[in-house]
Amino acid sequence: MTAITMDMNTPVTKPASRWRQVWSNLRRSPSGMIGLSVLIFHLLLALLAPWLAPHDWTLQNGYQILQAPSEAFWFGTDHMGRDLLSRTMMGGREAITVTMLGTLLAVSWGGLVGMTLGFVGGRTDAWLMRVIDALLAIPWLLFLLLVIALVGQQTWTLVLTLGFFFGIAVVRVVRGATLEYVPRDFVLAARTRGESRLTIVVRELLPNVLDALLVEAAMRWAWMLLAFSSLSFLGFGVVPPTPDWGLMIADSRGMISIAPWAVIFPALALSTLIISINLTADALAKAIGLDRAKAPV
Amino acid sequence: MSEAQTMNTTMTPMLDVDNFTLGYTNAEGRLVSVLRDVSLQVAPGEALGLVGESGCGKSTLALAMMAFLRSGSQVQNGTIRFHEQDLFALKPKMLQSLRGGRIGLIPQNAGQSLTPTLKIDAQLYEALKLHSDLPRSQWRQRAIELLQQVRLPAPEAMLERYPHQLSGGQQQRVAVAMALAGQPELLILDEPTTGLDVTTQAHILELLRTLRQELGMAMVFVSHDLGAVARISERIAVMYAGEVIELGSSHQVLLQPTHPYTRALLDAIPRLDAEGLPPSLPGYPPKVGSITQGCAFAGRCPHAQPICSEQDAPLAALSGHQVRCHLAGELKRPASDSKVVQLPVQSSDEPLLMLEQVQISYHRQGLMDALLQRPAPVATVDGIDLQLNKGETLALVGESGSGKSTIMRAISGIQPARNGQIRLKQDDLNLPVEQRSKALKRRVQMIFQNPDASLNPRHTVFEILQQPLKLYFGLNHDACRDKAAELLSLVRLAPHYLDRLPGQLSGGEKQRVAIARCFAGDPDLILCDEVTSALDVSVQAAVLKLLKELQQQRGVTYLFIAHDLAVVKAIADQVAVLYQGRICQVGPVSEVFTGHHHPYTRTLLNAVLEPDPNHQPVIQGDDCSEQYPPARGCAYQRRCPLAEPRCKEQLPPWKTDGGNRIRCHLELDALATLIDRPQMIKAVNA
Ligand SMILES: Nc1ncnc2c1ncn2[C@@H]1O[C@H](COP(=O)(O)OP(=O)(O)O)[C@@H](O)[C@H]1O
Ligand code: SF4
Ligand code: SF4
Ligand SMILES: [Mg+2]
Repeated sequence: MTAITMDMNTPVTKPASRWRQVWSNLRRSPSGMIGLSVLIFHLLLALLAPWLAPHDWTLQNGYQILQAPSEAFWFGTDHMGRDLLSRTMMGGREAITVTMLGTLLAVSWGGLVGMTLGFVGGRTDAWLMRVIDALLAIPWLLFLLLVIALVGQQTWTLVLTLGFFFGIAVVRVVRGATLEYVPRDFVLAARTRGESRLTIVVRELLPNVLDALLVEAAMRWAWMLLAFSSLSFLGFGVVPPTPDWGLMIADSRGMISIAPWAVIFPALALSTLIISINLTADALAKAIGLDRAKAPV
Repeated sequence: MSEAQTMNTTMTPMLDVDNFTLGYTNAEGRLVSVLRDVSLQVAPGEALGLVGESGCGKSTLALAMMAFLRSGSQVQNGTIRFHEQDLFALKPKMLQSLRGGRIGLIPQNAGQSLTPTLKIDAQLYEALKLHSDLPRSQWRQRAIELLQQVRLPAPEAMLERYPHQLSGGQQQRVAVAMALAGQPELLILDEPTTGLDVTTQAHILELLRTLRQELGMAMVFVSHDLGAVARISERIAVMYAGEVIELGSSHQVLLQPTHPYTRALLDAIPRLDAEGLPPSLPGYPPKVGSITQGCAFAGRCPHAQPICSEQDAPLAALSGHQVRCHLAGELKRPASDSKVVQLPVQSSDEPLLMLEQVQISYHRQGLMDALLQRPAPVATVDGIDLQLNKGETLALVGESGSGKSTIMRAISGIQPARNGQIRLKQDDLNLPVEQRSKALKRRVQMIFQNPDASLNPRHTVFEILQQPLKLYFGLNHDACRDKAAELLSLVRLAPHYLDRLPGQLSGGEKQRVAIARCFAGDPDLILCDEVTSALDVSVQAAVLKLLKELQQQRGVTYLFIAHDLAVVKAIADQVAVLYQGRICQVGPVSEVFTGHHHPYTRTLLNAVLEPDPNHQPVIQGDDCSEQYPPARGCAYQRRCPLAEPRCKEQLPPWKTDGGNRIRCHLELDALATLIDRPQMIKAVNA
């Protein structure tokens, strides 16, 4: 037996791992770094708000309604005399929690179904994709309102309904990404080895579509935040007196001419969060090498 | 002929590459040179071949000849002049009209990369619009002319087709026609026949030869296949690590190679007239930028001296033949036969795999077919009878579409046979893979053509090897790791490879990992689908040797698909020749290659290329693949030069000569006299 010494003379420099490479790409994108900083700021603030808030966010004070921003109340007060700074700080907690859980759900079921459909193919795939397309055509906000009106607006109902509806679009994207890998020989190799379908989907396909899934998750999250705030605005989301941006905007919109701050600050908080998520998602997609313009949907 | 041409070529070069050095900035931010001090000329009408292992800079140089640079590249030194004009000083507009116009390019996989949604006419019109002055009204006429020029049958009907309706060879011809649209003076071809099977490749090379004579084009022909280069080129430049290390006429380079690298490359090519496996070239080309001093080949050279790694080797001119080696001219060439690796066969008479009357069809009877009582089309593969003994290697040969992979898919249970019996000893392999027992799945493993596709790019080598170990033996993480390291040593890779990703390995290393994965199941039968055709010759020899050694150690049995008959001869014990899913000839390798031949076997053997400028493959018929096998009679009836009326009606009987069995109506003696005597079994160096 002759030993073939291979590659022994070249020193083994372990190249940077993939995610470290992605991170170094991401760092080169100014918009991505701004987005990520704002996003982290928002998340930290939401996490620590109960300890950071200068005033009690539910305390009503009849003597101080609709005060303009001042040294005592940086963001002013609302029509019940509650401190707007504290309420704005607290107002993202529910929205962020619900939408994060919802996104997780949407990405999990959408990703699993999308990968499975892409892998199984054939008639099952063709028919189920028609169902998915039909579901995508439903005006989801109306449907969501209907569901919530029927089953009530507990947190878990919101998570489930949002997670379900936003998962439909994920199915499409992930199926598309999967189709690129299904014909590759490594999938055939796993099949001839006799791996189960679940193993093939989770072990062989998932690592390859993870990039697309991650970017998709970030985008869905931004959209879901907007949807959740719209629900709150319409009175179907967070139950008062829990502070929430959508609800705050709804409550104060009648007084926008006399107390613009009561609308502007929560709106600003919501939009900076959504924009920061979008900027991060875009930069992430570029850093990974995915082009969102090319992705279906 | 080449004498006169080489003479007048030296006078007025059309393309002049002068001391050209090209670099790019690598991941560490260092400027490294991919091409180093390359100087060569191409005269009008001349054909120059560029050869070398992958990664040696062949494509980079070919693309630079049209001033294409990959992103991040820059010219560090020297020039490339086309008719005295410096290509890199040209204005973008000029350059654009030059490319595709006076300089044409046929890129790698050109045929496969035709736009799938456009008909052939639209693709040709696009090329004419960009690169000719013809008015729109004449495009159709010119497109038909171009298709005739590339010898496509029924050009008018061809214009209306989509690329997927053409065979691989026809697609390649369309790609050539598109390159001819601009009436180029210089045609650059990057691996134009790689991936095509023997007969198609021979046809395309023949086409390129005649086109060059008809149109007087100069050609730069890039290939890692010295046999293909020998057919086309008058001069050959051998590249190694970005340098031209040998440059001369094809006779000089192929028949009297001087540089140790050229010799090693030529020795690594399996040949039909040699016995056993060719010697392999150890190691890999150096990484770009890692050699700054001394001869780049010193690490792998059997003749290396201390001076070699200290001083750059000079380009020595030996009678019109340039060689970059310190010892040029002093090295004697040893007789290459002595280097051939012979490994004893250890087969037994114990049958392992049996196929009886196997029929496989991709057609699924739909509801409409049943209602309209439409007959099912003729099965893709039919009447396959094969027996494979333990420890043996059986090769399936035939052009693409002949059903080789289909038979493997049936054995592996991906596309179960419709009729017939497939058995592994006593066990039934007719079952689809999902219904096989774990032990049975373990005993049949597969190695694929392209390790880039068969290894998951997101799994480390350890994860790749862990999967079968977990699946078949339920080993835990630590046990997997020990076993995986053991498997790597089986394929001669060090344990530090465990944590690498496939993208960090070379082609040969990847294929070794794929082989290790297949041995993880401790299989009895291994299906090898073109396992070396995506590899360089130097690596191919090493992989073939590894497979052979593993067979001896482990007593495994191989079912081996290859389109390179010389590879088959080197590795197989038995060979079955397939045409349109039917076996034409089967028997022990020695008898099939040297004894009586089926007319189709003869066609295949005649089309084999040799790295010898004097060797002429004989080709017959056309390269259009048939859509369906004939419903009755001999499978080869439509292309057989000896066909008789009865061939269309009756299934030919088997004729036996020892172990060699041929399916033909003609008597064996009649076959032997009717087909001209073998031209190809001849000594290359005679
Ligand atoms: N999935 C498929 N559906 C229908 N026909 C197929 C399919 N795969 C292969 N074929 C046909 O089967 C024949 C044999 O193909 P294949 O086994 O791949 O040949 P080879 O391995 O010799 O190249 C060809 O005519 C091809 O068109
Ligand atoms: S210069 Fe030395 S190392 Fe390089 S090829 Fe010649 S003999 Fe071998
Ligand atoms: S049976 Fe007829 S067609 Fe077939 S190979 Fe023999 S001579 Fe040719
Ligand atoms: Mg094939």
